[in-house]
Amino acid sequence: MAEAVDLSMFVTRDAAGHAHMNLAVDGIGCANCIRKIENGLKQTPGIVEARVNFTDRRLSVDWHDGEVTAGEVIQALERIGYQAHPFQPARVESDEAQHARWLLKCLALAGFAAMNVMLLSVSVWSGNASDMTPETRDLFHWLSALIALPVAAYAGQPFFQSALRALRARQVNMDVPISIGVVLALGMSLVETATHAEHAYFDSAIMLLFFLLCGRYLDHAMQRKTRAVAGNLAALKAETAHRFDTGSEVVTVPAAALHPDDRLLVRPGERVPADGVIVSGSSEIDESLLTGETARRSIAPGAVVYAGSLNFSGALTMRVTAAGAGTLIDDVQRLLDKALSSKSHIVRLADRAAGYYAPVVHTAAALTALGWLVAGASLHDAIVTGIAVLIITCPCALALAIPAVQVVASGALFRSGVIINAGDAIERLAEVDTIVFDKTGTLTLPEPRVHNAALIEPELLESAARLALSSRHPLATALAREARQRTPFEGAVEQPGQGVRALIDGVEARLGSAAFCGIAEDAKTVENAGTSIIVYAHGGRSARFEIQQKLRPDAKAVMKSLATLGFDLQILSGDRPAAVDPIAKALGIWAWRGGLKPADKIAHVESLKQEGRRVLMVGDGLNDAPALAAAHVSLSPISAADITQAQADAVFLSERLVPVLEALIIARRARGLMLQNLWLAVVYNVIAVPIAMAGHVTPLIAAAAMSGSSILVTLNALRARRRAANRMPQASTPAVPIAAPRPA
Amino acid sequence: MNVLIYLVPMALALGLTGLAAFMWSLRSGQYDDMDGAAVRMLSDDDLAPP
Repeated sequence: MAEAVDLSMFVTRDAAGHAHMNLAVDGIGCANCIRKIENGLKQTPGIVEARVNFTDRRLSVDWHDGEVTAGEVIQALERIGYQAHPFQPARVESDEAQHARWLLKCLALAGFAAMNVMLLSVSVWSGNASDMTPETRDLFHWLSALIALPVAAYAGQPFFQSALRALRARQVNMDVPISIGVVLALGMSLVETATHAEHAYFDSAIMLLFFLLCGRYLDHAMQRKTRAVAGNLAALKAETAHRFDTGSEVVTVPAAALHPDDRLLVRPGERVPADGVIVSGSSEIDESLLTGETARRSIAPGAVVYAGSLNFSGALTMRVTAAGAGTLIDDVQRLLDKALSSKSHIVRLADRAAGYYAPVVHTAAALTALGWLVAGASLHDAIVTGIAVLIITCPCALALAIPAVQVVASGALFRSGVIINAGDAIERLAEVDTIVFDKTGTLTLPEPRVHNAALIEPELLESAARLALSSRHPLATALAREARQRTPFEGAVEQPGQGVRALIDGVEARLGSAAFCGIAEDAKTVENAGTSIIVYAHGGRSARFEIQQKLRPDAKAVMKSLATLGFDLQILSGDRPAAVDPIAKALGIWAWRGGLKPADKIAHVESLKQEGRRVLMVGDGLNDAPALAAAHVSLSPISAADITQAQADAVFLSERLVPVLEALIIARRARGLMLQNLWLAVVYNVIAVPIAMAGHVTPLIAAAAMSGSSILVTLNALRARRRAANRMPQASTPAVPIAAPRPA
Repeated sequence: MNVLIYLVPMALALGLTGLAAFMWSLRSGQYDDMDGAAVRMLSDDDLAPP
C-alpha cells in the first residue's frame, strides 16, 4: 500500500517517551513462534520490549517514541512472517482481568484457610474419639475461628455482594442461601466455641467457600477466554477506511477513528466503512449484508449508503454522517430497543432453582427448630439443630451443579467453533424447538462463488483464477478463490470497470466483461438478478463463469439432521421471493418467506413466540438484528454485521453450518446434565436433611457430605466434554479460529 | 501436649508462607499467560551457546 497508514488511535504514550501498542497476532501456534516474534522485534532498533501472551494470542510492544512508527512495527512483524492487527483492549476486558485476579485471590485465601482449619478439625475429630482434653479442643476451635472468620469475611465477598444485589432487587439467587448458610454456620460455631461446646463448623463453612470459588473462577476464566477470542476476531475484521486529509492526500485509518463529515474514498471491491452520503462517483453496491437482498443497487451522488455495503464497480467519494442517521439503521435500532425490553424476563435455570430451594430449606430449618422446642429441647439445642439443617443443605452441590456444566459445555462449544456471548445461551439453546434461518450469508456463504466450476476445464479454470488474483473486483475475487496456486501472473494490468489482462505463455489472456474479452454475448447465459457472468479468454479458448451466492457446503446435510432431530425449520429472507425459492427447495424447507423488512421478520418471530414456540434465530444481516434480539436465542456467523453480532447469543466461526447443529446437540446434552445435577443435589438433600433434623449431624458428617456431593456433581459435569461427533452428518473439520487460543 | 505450643504456630507459619508466595506470584503477573508459561520453559535462549 503506497499511502500512509494512520494508526495513532491504537498507540498510547507514557511520560518516559515510550509508546505502547497491543496487537492481535495471526498464526501463533507453538513455543517457537513466541521466541521468533519477541527476538525478531527486539532486534529492530527502537523497540524496547515485546511480550507475547500465548493464551490470548496477543502481543504488546513498547518502543522509543519517534524512533519507530506503529506501521513499521507491523511491517517488522510481517517480515518475520506474522500478520498483526492493532486493537484497543476493550474496557470490559481489563475490568474482567481485574475481577479474575480478585477471584483468584479469594480462592487462594479460602484454600489456605480450608487446609489449616481442616488440619485443626481432623485433630479435634480424632481427639474426640481418643483422649483430647476439652481445653485443647477449645484452643483448636479458637484457632480455627481466628483463621476462618477473617478469611470468610474477605473470600466470601463475591457471594455476599451478589446476594445483597439480588435482595435489593427483591429477587432470590443462589448466593442468598449460600451467604445465609455461611454466616449462620460461622456465627453458631463462634457461639458454640465460646460456650465450650463439642462441635464447631468452621471447616464446613470455609470448605464450602473454597469449592464454590473454584467453580466461580473457572466459569469466569472460560468467559474471559471466549471474550479474548471475540476481541481478536474483531481486530482481524477491523475495517480500514481511506480518508481524504487536507487537500487530496489519502490516508488509511481504522474505521473506528472516523468522524462525521470526514470525506472517504471507497474503491471497487471494498466495503463502505461508515454510514454516509455519496459526494461524487457512481457505482453499484451490494447491500446483502444489510438487507439480505442479493440484487445490486446502483447509486449516484446524493445517495445514502450504509456501513457494510460492498462497492462493486466504480470509485466513490463519500461524506460520513453521524452513526444512525440512516433511516434503515434508525428502524433497526428502534425495533431492537423494543425487542430487548421484552427479553429481560427470562430467568436463568440456577436462579429458578434457587427460587424453589431457598424457601423450602429455610422453612425446613425453622420447622426443625420449632419441632425440637415443642418436643421439649432447650432453646439452644433447638437453634443449633435448626442451623445444622441449614449447614447440611447449604447448596454447595446445587450451586456447582450448573456452573460446572456451563464451563465444560462452553469448552466443548469452543472446540466446535462456537463462541458464547451470553452467559445463559446454553440453557436457552437447549429449549429450542423452532429454527428460523436467514438466507443470504447464513444459509449461503457470505461471499459469492463460481457456480459452474465443475463444468469448466480445470486448466482453464486455474489460469483464469490466477489472473483474477490481480483484480479487486468482487466477481474476480470470487473467481480467485478457485485458484490453487496463490501467485498472480506477472505484469497483469487492470483496466478499471472493464477487466484485467496479462501475457500468459506469450499469449494475451483477458478476464472481464464479454465485450472486454471480444466475445459475443451468449443468449443462454444472460445475467439475471442472482447470477453474474465473468468471461475469460486465452488464445482461442474461452470460458464463462457464473458467479452467484452458493449454499454453505454442508447446508443440506445439516438441515436434514436438524429435521431428523425434530426441529421445525423456516427461512425468513429480505431477498426477493424468486431468489429464496430455489434455496428453500434445495434444502427441503417448505416454510419460507421472502422480501421481508426487519419489522416483518420480528413480527413473524413474535407470532411464533405467541404460539408458545422457542425460536432459535440464525442470521447475519443488519436486518436480522431485531429478530435475533426478539428470538428466544440467536446465533450469527462471524461474517455478520457488527450490530447483528452484538445481538447474537453466540457466534460461529466456520464456513460450514455444522456448528449450529453441534451447538444444539451440546446444549441439549448440557441442559440434561444440569437437570441431572440438580436432581443429584436434591437426592443428596433428601438423604441428609432427615439426619440433620434428627440432630445427628456432626462436623465430620457435614464436611464429608458437602465435599462428596460437590465432587459427584463436578464429575458428572465433565461428561459434557464429549463432542457431538457421533451424530454428525459428516466428519467436521475442527473450526479453529484464526488468532484464537488453542482449545484447552 | 506442650509440643503444640510450637507445632501449631509452625503449621500456621508454613501455610502463611505458601499463601504469601502465591500472592506474590499473582501480583507479578504469573497468572496472566498460563499457556505461555507452559511453552516458554521449552525455549533455551537464556543459555549461552556451548
